[in-house]
Amino acid sequence: MRNESTALDGGFSAPVQDAQAVFRAVMDAMARPATIVEIRPPVTPPAPLPPIIGAIASTLLDADTPIWLDPTLGQSPEVGEWLVFHTGASFTDQPGEASFALIGDGSAFPDLDTFAQGTQEYPDRSATLVIAIEAFDGGTPLCLRGPGILDRATIAPRGLPKDFAEQWEENTQRFPRGVDLVLATGDSLVCLPRTARLIAREMEV
Amino acid sequence: MNAMSRNATYNFAYLDEQTKRMIRRAILKAIAIPGYQVPFASREMPMPYGWGTGGVQVTAAILGPDDVLKVIDQGADDTTNAVSIRKFFERVAGIETTTHTAEATIIQTRHRIPEAPLAEGQVLVYQVPIPEPLRFLEPRETETRKMHALEEYGLMHVKLYEDIAKNGHIATTYAYPVKVEGRYVMDPSPTPKFDNPKMHMSAALQLFGAGREKRIYALPPHTEVVSLDFEDHPFEVQRFDRPCALCGAEQVYLDEIVLDDRGGRMFVCSDTDHCETRRAEGHRGELGGELSGEAK
Ligand SMILES: [Zn+2]
Repeated sequence: MRNESTALDGGFSAPVQDAQAVFRAVMDAMARPATIVEIRPPVTPPAPLPPIIGAIASTLLDADTPIWLDPTLGQSPEVGEWLVFHTGASFTDQPGEASFALIGDGSAFPDLDTFAQGTQEYPDRSATLVIAIEAFDGGTPLCLRGPGILDRATIAPRGLPKDFAEQWEENTQRFPRGVDLVLATGDSLVCLPRTARLIAREMEV
Repeated sequence: MNAMSRNATYNFAYLDEQTKRMIRRAILKAIAIPGYQVPFASREMPMPYGWGTGGVQVTAAILGPDDVLKVIDQGADDTTNAVSIRKFFERVAGIETTTHTAEATIIQTRHRIPEAPLAEGQVLVYQVPIPEPLRFLEPRETETRKMHALEEYGLMHVKLYEDIAKNGHIATTYAYPVKVEGRYVMDPSPTPKFDNPKMHMSAALQLFGAGREKRIYALPPHTEVVSLDFEDHPFEVQRFDRPCALCGAEQVYLDEIVLDDRGGRMFVCSDTDHCETRRAEGHRGELGGELSGEAK
């Protein structure tokens, strides 16, 4: 069934309610970094675009938001057509010019500092990366603190680059500049805004 | 879905979907950079500026069919401004409204933060007239933006210190500036400084919308919010030397109510829901017995 779908299919069936529900899930997750928020994705995009990333894209992207696709998603014409039809967004092949980066393979993507960081005066002009990972456990534990986190929180996302912790630490040190991440798999998402600072491992106990 | 219901659905919460997306993206960046003012393309709303168009746009962008909305002006749910905003959302979103703080998922306010501590999952939306805390020091936006970028907050401290030199204490009682997570100086909007400590480490998400000035800013839950002060003049909230005359509550913000034309007056909770909830639980102030029958 999925093979027969076209770019016109698989979008929100109730665009207003669906977009609101997905947005609230992302907002809740951004306000509570490292907390897993569940939302059943109300879209069925063509593979290899994960439905939850398709849902987030349908909610937040439009003609004002250039998208960068990683090679996994970028090599699929169906994914590109679906995104154009359902969001109206255009693509850029320069990571630094994208407001959103959609990443189908979380284990290999350009360094975080190659994406738009915002400026010191306009730190909001920075990229949001929506990243498909394998799971929210089984990876290297990240112990985090910062706004939105009561005391501390730990997640261990599986399917991120080996040097992710180092890159993330550098990203948080660029505050107020820096990128914000939405990690997603299946029906679950976790946000890592630039304020979610890593606690050094020796302090974890 | 037929054309008519689709049309009705499309206008849910008044704003068109493109506007909602733009506001939603601004909200996410505001949450990611606590205390920083994100510019957004504010829309005309069917109410005049000064009636909370910024807060209304934020509420409209986040609101869903399952939300329960409370709107307060000063501390009351029954003022003209609060009633008209509540009716607006009942009509354009068909959502449930309440006056009870504990039942609300979204609370829109100008002036007050409810006395009852807010809970995880609640969202407090502020209607903000002047979002820029440095505006009275520097009228040029390019300059205030630079000051925030460079953390140049010395002038702000000088201004507060001038208050001390003049009055012996900091005279600012409303829109008292705060520092967020040790970084951005932020205007809490026209809330009394009495409410500043409630912003600190609140379990609720706090969103601020300024319609005329086209700014959105945010405090995620559990965020450090410190009122600016000096070692020799620490921050202090207003104190009231009596409890609420109706419910006997202490350490709450009181409004003065004139009772008659012979100078009779009483002091009662500004947060009407807090007062009513306490009276329903049996608490009584010195006038609570006599007036409880007529109190609304
Ligand atoms: Zn009272």
